[in-house]
Formats: sequence, C-alpha cells, structure tokens
Amino acid sequence: MSHPSLHQLGVAELAVQLAAREVSSIEVTRHLLARAQAHQDLGAYLALNEEAALAQAQAADARLAAGERTPLLGVPLAHKDIFVTRDLPTTAGSKMLEGYRSPFDATVVAKLADAGMVNLGKLNCDEFAMGSGNDNSAYAPAHNPWDRSRIPGGSSGGSAAAVAARLVPAATGTDTGGSIRQPASLTGITGIKPTYGRCSRYGMVAFASSLDQAGPMARSALDCALLLSAMAGPDLDRDSTSLDHPAEDFATPLIASNSGAVSAYSESDGGQKSFKNLQGLRIGLPKEFFGDGCAPGVQAAVRAALAEFEKLGATLVDISLPRTELSIPVYYIIAPAEASSNLSRFDGVKFGHRAKQYTDLADMYKKSRAEGFGPEVQKRIMIGTYVLSHGYYDAYYLKAQQIRRLIAQDFQQAFTQCDVIAGPVSPTVAWKIGEKSDDPVANYLADIYTLSTSLAGLPGMSIPAGFGEHGMPVGLQLIGNYFKEAQLLGVAHQFQLATDWHTRAPAEFQT
Amino acid sequence: MSTPSKSLLVQGYEVVIGFETHAQLSTASKIFSRASTAFGAEPNTQACAVDLALPGTLPVMNKGAVERAIQFGLAVGSHVAEHSVFARKNYFYPDLPKGYQISQFEIPVVQGGSVEFYLGDEKKSVRLVRAHLEEDAGKSLHEDFIGQSGIDLNRAGTPLLEIVTEPDIRSSAEAVAYAKELHKIVTWIGICDGNMQEGSFRCDANVSVRKPGAQLGTRREIKNLNSFKFMQQAIDFEIRWQIEQIEDGHAIQQATVLFDPDTGETRAMRTKEDAADYRYFPDPDLPPLVIGREWVERVRSEMAELPRVMAQRFMDQYGLPEYDATTLTQSQAMAAYFEAAAKACGQPKLASNWVMGEISRRLNSGEVTIDALPVSAGQLGALIGRIQDGTISNNAAKQVFDALWNEGGEVDAVIEAKGLKQMNDSGALEVIIAEVIAANDKNVAEYRAGKDKAFNALVGQVMKASKGKANPAQVNELLKKALG
Repeated sequence: MSHPSLHQLGVAELAVQLAAREVSSIEVTRHLLARAQAHQDLGAYLALNEEAALAQAQAADARLAAGERTPLLGVPLAHKDIFVTRDLPTTAGSKMLEGYRSPFDATVVAKLADAGMVNLGKLNCDEFAMGSGNDNSAYAPAHNPWDRSRIPGGSSGGSAAAVAARLVPAATGTDTGGSIRQPASLTGITGIKPTYGRCSRYGMVAFASSLDQAGPMARSALDCALLLSAMAGPDLDRDSTSLDHPAEDFATPLIASNSGAVSAYSESDGGQKSFKNLQGLRIGLPKEFFGDGCAPGVQAAVRAALAEFEKLGATLVDISLPRTELSIPVYYIIAPAEASSNLSRFDGVKFGHRAKQYTDLADMYKKSRAEGFGPEVQKRIMIGTYVLSHGYYDAYYLKAQQIRRLIAQDFQQAFTQCDVIAGPVSPTVAWKIGEKSDDPVANYLADIYTLSTSLAGLPGMSIPAGFGEHGMPVGLQLIGNYFKEAQLLGVAHQFQLATDWHTRAPAEFQT
Repeated sequence: MSTPSKSLLVQGYEVVIGFETHAQLSTASKIFSRASTAFGAEPNTQACAVDLALPGTLPVMNKGAVERAIQFGLAVGSHVAEHSVFARKNYFYPDLPKGYQISQFEIPVVQGGSVEFYLGDEKKSVRLVRAHLEEDAGKSLHEDFIGQSGIDLNRAGTPLLEIVTEPDIRSSAEAVAYAKELHKIVTWIGICDGNMQEGSFRCDANVSVRKPGAQLGTRREIKNLNSFKFMQQAIDFEIRWQIEQIEDGHAIQQATVLFDPDTGETRAMRTKEDAADYRYFPDPDLPPLVIGREWVERVRSEMAELPRVMAQRFMDQYGLPEYDATTLTQSQAMAAYFEAAAKACGQPKLASNWVMGEISRRLNSGEVTIDALPVSAGQLGALIGRIQDGTISNNAAKQVFDALWNEGGEVDAVIEAKGLKQMNDSGALEVIIAEVIAANDKNVAEYRAGKDKAFNALVGQVMKASKGKANPAQVNELLKKALG
C-alpha cells in the first residue's frame, strides 16, 4: 500500500490521492479509526463513531466513483466536542452534558459534511472551552504528542493533539481568547481563527458569545485554507452575529502561488528558497509582544522565523499595541460575564445533569450545577455574575467594553503602518500537566498575546516556527485586518513553502 | 412630573396609577425562532430547539415583531428609535429555558408618545414612557400534577410589546378607560388580537396614594389584570386598602400583589426584599436593532387610518357630531360598516343613527358580532334610501329591518311582499281624507273651533284607513287643504 503511510498525509495530499482513486475514503477512514483506537491514551478523542464514519466514507467513495471532484470529498476530520452533532454525543468537556445528544448538527459540522468530509469523532477540550491546557476537561486530560507529560494547550487541546499525532489530517477548533492558536502553537501545527462572524456559531456550545469563533486546525496553511473555504460563509437565518460576507475559495490562490510546483497540491518548491514572493509585505512587530515575559527559546524561534520572512522579501516594522496588557483584565471580565449568562440554561430542568437528591427547586439548581460544573467553570460563572451585578456593572463590564473598543482602535492604528502583525502566540512552550493548576493568574497571563486579537474580532493564526525550551514546538502568530484571512493564509503558505517546520512530527508519531 | 387635570380625591388622598401592559404581538412565529405562536396546542408541541434553549442555539429577530412595534410607535405618536438594544434579564425559573429573558432595557425601540381618550366628557391624555420588545416565558403548571410542576414551553419566545406609562392616571375609572383605549389601538392596528382570556393583553397596575401635593407614595404593583371588570375591582380594593393602612399608621411596603376575583381582594406575592438582581447586559447574540427612516415611512404608508384620525374625518366629511364619530370608531369593523352604509344611501347621519341604534342594540345583546351581521351595510343603505325617497315610513323601515335580520332578502322585495309601501298617490289619499272628514263631524268641528288635538285625531284616522301606508307628511298637507 501507500507510502508514506496514510496517516502522514495532510488534507491536500489525501485529496489528490482520493481524486486519483489511488486510495479510497473507506481505506483512509478505517486506517485512522484504528489509529485513534490505538492511541486512546493520548486523550485526544472523547468519542468515535465507527459506523457513521464508515457510512460517510462509503458515500464519499460513491461520489468519487461517479466522477465528482471537490477538494474535501472523502477526507476525514474530527470535531472539537464543543460543536453539537447528531451522530455523536456532545459533552463540551463537561459532566454537565454527559451523554447529551443534539437533535441537530452545528452549521460548521453540516457544511463540512456537505463538502464530503468524513467525521471520525469528537475531540477533547477544556470544559465549555474554558482553559488553556485541556486539563479542565471533565474527562481524561489530553496529552501533548511531543511530550506526554505536557499539556497540548487549550481549549482545543484534543484537536491539536490529534492533528499533531497524525490521528487525523484536520480538526475543527474554536477560539475565544486563543483556543485555536495557542494549542496549535504548543503542538507544532497550523491553525487559524477567522474574523469574528466568518463562521457560523450556530451549534457551538456557547462560552462567550461576542468572542467565540470556529476555525480549522491542520498541518499546513493550505490544509487550513481548504477547510476554511467550506466552513466560512453567512448563516443569517440561524446566527444573527454571522457576517453577511460571501464564502471564499482560500485554497486556489495558494496553489496558484506554488511557483515551480510540480503538481496541483504539491508543496514542494524543489529545494529552492530564493523566491521573494512576499516582496513589499510589511510585517508589524508590536513591541509589547517582545518583552521580558517571553521565554528566550520562544523569542529565538520567533526571531528566526521573522528573519525567514525578510529573506522572502518582507519588511519588518516596529509598531505598538499599547493596551496589550489591559486585554487580560478586559477579557477576564467580558468572557466570564457572557459565560455566566450563557451557562444559565444548564439548570437540571430540561437537559444535562440533574442532582439525584434535592429538597426543593433552589436546592435542585444548586446541587445540579455544583455537581455538573467543574471548578474552573464555577469560578468563571462567579466572576461573571459578580461583574454584572447591580452596582458593579459600570465599574467592570461597561469599563471593559470601553477598553475593548480602544484595543480594536489600536489595531486599526497599527494597520496603517503594516499589512500583517507578527509575534509569539504563547510566552512559553507547553508546560507540564498540573504545573499551573494552582496558579490561576499565571494561567491567565499566558493568554496575553492572543486575547487582544479576539477582543478586536480580528483573524489570527499560528504556524510552526521551530522549537524552544525542552525541544517543544513554538508557533508564530500572524494577525491580519478584518476579512484578511486570504492574505494571512497566503503569507503563511509562502513561509511554509520556504521552511519545513510544519512537516515535523513528534518522534513517537513519525511512522 | 405629572399632569393630572382634575384630581378626584378619595378620603382626602390622591390616587396615582401607572400601567405596564404586555401585548402579545400577532406574528405567526415566535420573536426569535420559527416555531408557531398559535394558542391552545398540546403542551410543548410548539417549542423548537431555540425555544428549548438547546446548546448551540441562537436567537434570530423576527422582523414582523419589529414592524408591529413600529406600527404601535406611530399610532401613539412615539419616537421610533433608529437604534435600540436587546438585553438579557437573568434569573432562574423552570419555565425560562435559557435562564434569561431577552428584553430591551436601556434603549427601547419605542420611546415616549401618549394615549388619548374620553373619560365621560373629559379628554384625558396618558403619557407613555416607552414600549419595548421582549420574549414571553413558558408556563408553569402547578395544579395539574400532584407533588410536581409541569412546564409548557409553547408560550416561550412569544413576542410581547411591553407598554409602560408615566404615573398619570388618577382613578380606577380612568385606569380602565386607558386600558380600553390601549386595547382598541393595538387591536385596531392589528398588532395584537386583544384576547384577554388567552393572555394576549395583560395589564399590571402600579398603584399608590398620597396627600395632594405630597411626594409620590410607595407603590404596589397589581399583576396580570386580565379583564376590565377585575381591573376596576382590584384597583378600587387596593386604593381602599392602602388608605386604611396609612390611616392606621402603617407604611406601605413596595410589593407585587395579585388580585383574587373570588374574594375581591389583593394579596402580596413578594416584597421588594425578595427582588432579584437581574444583571441586565446587552445580549451579545443579537446586534443592535437598527430601524432606518425608510422602514418607518413604509410602515406608516401601509398603516390603517387611526381611530382618532378617522373620527375627525367622520366629523369633517360626513358632518357627524363628535359623539357619533367617537362611538362609531370604537372598532374598525363598526366604522367600516357605518361608512359603507353611509355611502350606499348618501345619508350619513341617518346611517349613523341606525348603526348606533338598531345595530348597536343587537350587538350589545350579544347575539351577534360586528363581523357577522345578518344585514349587510349595503342592505341597510338601501333601506335608508327607501325611507329617504318616501317609499316607506320609519316604522315600516323597522319592520323591513327585522325581516331582513331574521329572514334575509332584498329590501324592495321585502317592502313589496309585506305591503309596506307608503301611499304616495294623492288621488287615492284624497278619497280617504274625504271619507274621514265625512265620518268625523265632531273632530272637524273642534278643529275648526281651533283645537289642534282634533287635527291629530283626524290624521290618525287617515293613517288607520290607509293601513299605515300613507305618508304622514303628505296626509298633513292634504288634510289641511281639505279642511280649508
């Protein structure tokens, strides 16, 4: 059979082989299901649905046999367990929703299914997407495939671990304050959080409505582009915050830019790295992203990546995002405020966990919620309830919203001087499981480089940029202006044509 | 700041009342989902994933509900906000599936305006603070199950317009008149079916009393007044109760109370101490509601003529007295009936008399509704035409009307069949008059001696001899001539 092994193939490569009928969707699906079973100890998957996956693969093969050629047809993926699905339970990483079955599919799930993708299962995440280590999952923690004693990042930790360990070529994730970019960075994969409103939120278990955004996580910018083309697009009948902005083909421009490429989906540039395809691109470096708080190994990898961009013709520009530090308190007021309200529906009345013993209605509420929600979720509900309370609203929530607008203005000011913004994603490499569980402030501070992008609603991505401390992966963050996903993906793609960081796999999962 | 015109003091106290009314908007689907709003379905059969607040669901604004809010704003002379905001009102209750109600808090869609009406002869105006869009909760059924409560979420997500007044009302009678006028407006413009039994129009009255000129007293809110009769009883009881308390030296505690129609009393449900902190904040799932001027103008151009405007037109165009014009514009159907009848006969005042007389009498007896009258406006018009052209007398017309009402038919055919045509042939009438004069020497002598009563007796004899078919005016004229 095929070489390299099927699980080593990314989305674009698989698509080429499926289209050429060199491999069938059912073969790939069987192979990846077996691989998922074999690596259950990684904690990436919360649920697999073999029967449904094989049926979808069979259907995809029939469409391929009938001559249909669409880019994602027959390619497997898995979904973060924050997207509701009919075929599989949806837990949001919480005991509260243990065994919950949604009567409908999330819009993103449905769109990828319509594109012919095969859904293998549901991926681990922090409870209700609250966390940055996947150690807040009510189920087993997910492990980093580069070092199992370390966290894979969060909250889309299961998605990152599965893609990095070659259990699946691509996964969906959601990003509220960095939950796609940070785990992508810490596991050496590529992930993009689009402009807020690009992908429908319908069917995403809500954490913070004004921040939540779905996006793809895969091994390359091209693979992300292929998925995002199918995920994005207006959903005005179901999500009022969905943007009335047409879907785009993000992949074709990237493929067209493969100068000297030998085949349609090849990423080979024949060993040449002399193309100056980013000539004229101005990359802004916010001085607030390059301070003392960033680990030396991370800084070095990021600096080396920026030097690579210069070789490709880009110019580095010093900029400032003066309210970067404020993004932490602002985010940790707004997100918990919205979460405290969004999670009120989990009251034990209609669905989800209900306490077995209670004396009256109030007691049922208290016990059901105390039993169903984990400590981080309870903490954020309490913070959110507090900041919205009478007498505190103006001082906290209203003030946070005002600063949020200023943070967004800072970005617009910066984009007058540059085309994209670059910097680290996370101040450190992946930490040891349990290392920060007693230090919530340290946990929150680790989000400093990703929060401002989310607060402004801008697109941001993480691409592999080498390795830092303990030989762990380091991601480079690229931030674009509103609706500039195509530009971000293009810049990342050029970098990936010139480098091979994105092709590196953890030792244990290389074969 | 209030604008009481004439305060009616009750035992030396001035009554101050403000209203909050929830009008259920007449959209086919819910305010943020596509589920049906029809009343009376089996429990939980009209609640979709959004209404059940299933994980991942999101609200999408029903434009029809916004349009109805705009209509209301235009009908009461409010400012329709170009930009208003939906907020979440957070509280836990089993019939509130999301754990919050989507409402409008700081910036409502309808701002200001007033409701004008007559209380007896006195014109009143109650200022509105605001009207805002919100969703209804489900229903808790505490009595249907032993030891448990049932939840019916069919009503959850039904669109409501909450209409809030300034504390401008000064008596229970004025309160009822205001509520009736508001009811008339929302049903007239068709934004609400007005069915109070089904809860489509629910009033809460905030009642307080004070000595004239004093600060506003502490108010108690009477919830869910779902008939005009109970409204008056409840408010009257509440006023008496509050005055008694104060006279006995007790301070009024702010409270929410319910009216019990069986005892005729109000009783406290909860006091201010129990009041929840609703933690209002703008709903991040819904962008601000933006209403462009073009939208408002389009709604305005498509709106039915308002009752106040129509009454004025009836006075100007048909020369009706204000009383008639106001009475006829109590409902759109009544006004339309009148106008059709008036046009059919060209005699607006006569048409008005018939509608306010014969028709209203039958409507008030409850045997029929205005939408299903057995006599059409066209038939009434034709009937009035036959009075006017002298074909039949007023008395005969009533008989024709009865026949049309009970048996139907065409006006001229009924007149013919019943032989009710007036005798307009002067030759035949002259013969009858001659016979009557010949047979009534006494009356003729008395008339000639100057007794007017004798003339009337002779007219009566002629009418009798003509079997009521003679035209009284013609009889008068010919009789006078014959008597010289």
